Parts: sequence; C-alpha cells; structure tokens
Amino acid sequence: MKLTGARIVIEVLLEQGVDTIFGYPGGTVLNIYDELYKASDKIKHYVSAHEQGAAHAADGYARATGKTGVVMATSGPGATNLVTGIATAYLDSTPLIAITGNVATPLIGRDSFQEVDIAGVTMPVTKHNYIVKDVNKLADVIREAFIIANSGRPGPVLIDIPKDVQLATCEFEYKKKEVKKREYKNGSEAFQNALELILKSKRPFIYAGGGVVISNATKELEEFSELIDAPIGTSMMGLTAVDSANPRFLGMTGMHGKFAASKAMFSSDLIVAVGTRFSDRATGNKLEFCNGRKVIHIDIDPAEIGKNIPAYVALVGDVKDMLKKLNKNLTKQHNPKWMTEIESLKASPDACLDMDKSRLNPQSIIESVNKHAPKSAIIATDVGQHQMWTAQYYKFSKPRTFITSGGLGTMGFGLGAAIGACVGTGERVVLFTSDGGFHMNMNEMATAVSYNLPITVVVLNNNALGMVRQWQTLFFEKRYSNTTLNRKTDYVALAKAFGADGKKVCDMNMLDQAIKWAFEQKGPIVIETAIDCDEKVLPMIPPNGTINDIILKG
Amino acid sequence: MKKERFVLSLLVRNESGVLTRISGLFARRGFNIDSLSVGETLDKGISRMTITAVGDDYIQTQITRQLEKLHDVLIVEIMDSKNTVEREIMLIKVNVAQGSRTEILEAISIFRAKVVDFSPTSLTVEITGETSKCEAFVEYLKPYGIAELCRTGITAISRGCETLKNKIKGE
Repeated sequence: MKLTGARIVIEVLLEQGVDTIFGYPGGTVLNIYDELYKASDKIKHYVSAHEQGAAHAADGYARATGKTGVVMATSGPGATNLVTGIATAYLDSTPLIAITGNVATPLIGRDSFQEVDIAGVTMPVTKHNYIVKDVNKLADVIREAFIIANSGRPGPVLIDIPKDVQLATCEFEYKKKEVKKREYKNGSEAFQNALELILKSKRPFIYAGGGVVISNATKELEEFSELIDAPIGTSMMGLTAVDSANPRFLGMTGMHGKFAASKAMFSSDLIVAVGTRFSDRATGNKLEFCNGRKVIHIDIDPAEIGKNIPAYVALVGDVKDMLKKLNKNLTKQHNPKWMTEIESLKASPDACLDMDKSRLNPQSIIESVNKHAPKSAIIATDVGQHQMWTAQYYKFSKPRTFITSGGLGTMGFGLGAAIGACVGTGERVVLFTSDGGFHMNMNEMATAVSYNLPITVVVLNNNALGMVRQWQTLFFEKRYSNTTLNRKTDYVALAKAFGADGKKVCDMNMLDQAIKWAFEQKGPIVIETAIDCDEKVLPMIPPNGTINDIILKG
Repeated sequence: MKKERFVLSLLVRNESGVLTRISGLFARRGFNIDSLSVGETLDKGISRMTITAVGDDYIQTQITRQLEKLHDVLIVEIMDSKNTVEREIMLIKVNVAQGSRTEILEAISIFRAKVVDFSPTSLTVEITGETSKCEAFVEYLKPYGIAELCRTGITAISRGCETLKNKIKGE
C-alpha cells in the first residue's frame, strides 16, 4: 500500500508498540502531527511547555517503565532544545527515539528558516543518528533506530526527517517488531578466573550500578550476594538495584555515599562491579580504589572495561545472564569474620549523623514523604544537594522508582522526567527539587496541570545553589560567588497561577500535615519547604579522595 | 606503558557523515589522528579507512572499543606492523637552481621516485613507499628548497591471504 512518509512514521511507531509520545509541534513536523491527529485513538501525544521538558519526559517514561521513550520536535530551535534531554539520556543509557523534522532537502545547507544540522549537533550524544533523505528508506531506518536504542547498552537515537520526505509516498509493508539481542563472547577462562577469584576472596564486596536496574537483574544480584556472602554497595544509578531493606545493602558509595558502604569497599579484597562504569564521583581516587584489591568487572559495554578502572577479570554481556551463569557455578561461601565486620560498620559514624531536628531540615522532609507516600510511588529529582539527600535518606524498595540524572547531572531534569514517569506508570510521582533546579524548567507545571497528573513537587528552598555553596564553603573560603539567589518567588501563588495548588511549610509542626494533604490531592501540588542554606550533604569524600579523607562534620 | 605509533584499519558503511563520526570520536575522547586515508572498497556500500595515531596500550584499546560501538563501523583492527604493507604517496615540488638538476635526478632514481612534472625552475616528484623512506627523501631535498609538498597519509594492507572483510562478525 502506498503511504506518505508522515504516515509511515506513525505506522512504524505502532508496529514498535509505541502508544505514548512526548513532543511539541512546529512547521516541519506539521504532516506528522496531522497523522498523529488521525491516529489519536492509538497513540497519545503529550504536548510539553518546552521541547527540553518533552525530552526529559520521554526519558523519565523510559526509565520508569523500561520501554522506549519517544520524543518529537520541529526543526531548528525545536531540535536544539532537545539536546540537553538527549545528552542526559545518553549518559544514563536510556533507550530514547528522538524524531525531528527538518526543512525540505533542496533547502538543506542554505541556512533556511529554522534549519539546523541536528544530526551533526547530536552526534556526540546519541548512539546513532540519521537524516532520512529517501522515503523508501524511512520505515527501515525507524525500525533500525528502535533496535539500536535497545540493543547492548541502551541509548538515544535521533531521526531527522526533512519535510519533503514526510510528503513523499512509497510502498509500505508491515513488519513484525524485531528485537536483537547482541551476543558477547567471553572465553571460558574468564569465567573460571572470576569463579576462582570469588572463591579465594575473604572480603568480597559487590558494587552494583544502573546496569542491574536496566537489565532487571535484582533477583540474580541478591542471589549472588547470598552465594558469595558479600555486602552490596551501589552507585547512585544503581540505588534501586537492591531492596534497601536487604540486610546486605549498605547504601550508596562514593562522594556522598554512606560511610559503611565506602569503608567496606575500601576494606575489601575483591570488588565485583556489576553494570557500572566507575564514574569519578563514585570511585574517588582511582589508584587507591584498586590498591590492595582485585576487580571483577561485569558490564554489557566492552568499551567500559578498563576505561576508568583496570579490571582483573572482565565479563562482557548482559549482567542478568552473567550473574545467572556465575550463580549456577557457585557453591555457598561463608565469610563470617568479614560479615561481622560489616555488621559493626552499620553502626558507623554517619549512622548518627542525623540533621538538627529542632528546625525544618532536609532529612525530616524526605523521611516524611517516605512515610506518607504510597509504596508504589516513583521518586524523581533535579540535581544538587536535594538529589544527594534523596539518595541518602529515601528508602527505595523497587527498581525503576528513582528517576534522577546521574551522568550528565542535568538541573531542570526533574519535572519533565516526573511527568514522563507518571504518564508511563500511572503511579503517584514525587519530585524533590530545589529553588535552583525548579526555576530552570518549572514551566512544565503547565503540562502537569493540563493532564492533571498526580505529581507532588517538594521544593527544598534554601535560597541558594546549595551544592555549589557547599563547595564554596569547603574549598573557596566562603566566597559565595553568585550562589545566593534572593528570589522572591511565591511558590504557592505560582502553583495556583499554573492551575495547581500548594502549601508552604516553615517549621517541623506543619510538615507531616502538608505532606499528607499533598498525597490526598488528585492533581499536581507544590510544597515549598524552607530549609537553611548551610545544610550540608554529608558525609563527603572530596574529589579524588579516599575513605580516609571523608568529611563527616560540616 | 609505552606510547607508540599504530595503524588502524576500518571497514565502515559508506554513509554520509561517517567520516565526521569517526574523526569526532577521536576529538571528543582526546585522541589525536596523525593521518587518515579513506576510499571505497570493491563493495560500493563499504569504505576502508586507514588511521595512524600515537598512544599506549590503554589508548589503543579504548580507541578500538569506542570505534567498534559506532553503528557504521563494521570492523576495526590494529595492524600488526610486522605483517603489514604500508604505503603513502608524496608529491613534492622542488626548486631547481642552475647546476642542481643532475644531483636531484640522481636522488630521484636512487629513491625510486618519479618525475611527474617539469619546468625550467622546478621539478615535481612523486614518491611512494613507507613513511620512513618518503621522509628520508624529503630530508635530502630540503637544502634545494621544497616549494610545496602534499601527502596522502598511510594506507595499509595485511600480508598473506587474510582479509579484513572475512573477519567481520555477524554480517
């Protein structure tokens, strides 16, 4: 059957099982939006306030559901507004398809109205991208894009479609959705070496990353930790890889990790790193990280092996498969001395690092939300102190319930991502944000209100860019260059102006009540909480430091 | 770990932008390209690239693995210098003063270079060979005055019957 390019886009999206798209219409995607209109019973399109918000929404949707996020935008500024969202997805390995329109092929390269070389711009932040100049190739390109976005280590793929290609027609044939699982070869000696190292180890430590969440390998990881009798620490991206109630779970390691987790890591004789890329924020000093211990690195991306930390043994492949195979070949190990040591670490200094409860403080706010939020709630954040506090104090129990920008550290990610996560799961979403992060993309409140989404925005307002301020306090002799915001924003009025509702919490007495009220409301709510600008994220291991450099007191 | 010069051979899809993808990858990972040559293979859909760069084991492994991740890259191989034929072409325009012509022509014959153009005051010479030979020739010509020089960069092929194409997996 002969179809236009615009129609083919919709047909292939349906073929791939897409029922939700985020985006923003414009001149060069008019034809695709026209087809979306006709297919509105099959694909629901969510229009954002700004393309960046739509990109973060598609990302949040993918992170919360495990499905592929799809975002659409027009050429030029529409396309460039997606870039931060695409880069965020790239750094955290989210499967995302970005579809952009472009000017008609004869106009390309002439600096036409709203023309930009978006394929050139996004080359460094996509797994792959396309400019489709022939309508006959369009269907297969989109199919291939879905395969690339999801195969191996997931990531974003951009497809740029000039307007004349959307208008042109060609024969279209349905094809079944194809899922390609990449095969990885590990020599049998690699497995043998890994098993030997594990059996020899007296103090093994498991370091789990976001790959465990993506690979849906929680069960296998927990089984593995039982078999080798080891504690588990995670990166921030791996925080939901294990139920926080698991007695082997020590929390997040790294710059703002738990003392027990970092201490255990630096006291181990073997680190089994699963689905992680050893970010500098997670490892601290890389030489010390490896000093006196061996590393088994399990990851799906061969390029990650040895990139940041040399691996003694590397197992390349889907972490679920790798763990299954290891578990099958392992007998139950016992490291009683090590595990006793670990137990005593749990009572370590930062366990009683509690914040000053006589005033409203971040810990109490997060714990109150944790207490009153439904068990199934999804937690999103922006970037900065509030993000670290959420990672430290919120008790996660299920994978894919913590939506945060780890690798790129994108302020302004939160609200868009919360919208996507909410749309994808239908669950209540809590966004922890700050006066800095919320001001970046708060325009998406309009979107949350338009679709009446149950999103609770908790603004931790310290009237400062807290994380930068913390560094200025610690490393720049309190020269607070441009981090004191002095905004006069009335968050409750702002919420109301957007058509939502809100409450301001100034002291501890009001906290629980306000949070409970927020969860009783159907639509979006903003809760402003006033906190002190000198609350710090502790503990802190300074950049390139080790457990011996840990700062416990502010 | 010692830094050393190495030669990479790649087969890539002959798609628009593939050169940018590869050179961009080198740039953003902080690796330098010393030379790059590219051309179509017998199969018009596939191009072959030869890249020379300098780096230790870490850099060589990282470059290879990062290149392998690109969708348009079909295979990457670090060439074994003992089993590789390497060639590059240089075109050199050298000034010819009174009386120096014979000396230069003699050198051309010893280096097995070729005169490809000729004027009363200059000679244009083509030389093909391994980089070391070409560079020795340039050194010899320098005192006469080199007016212009251009070079293709290395192209390389393995000795024996093995081919890069046969090593492509999953194709």
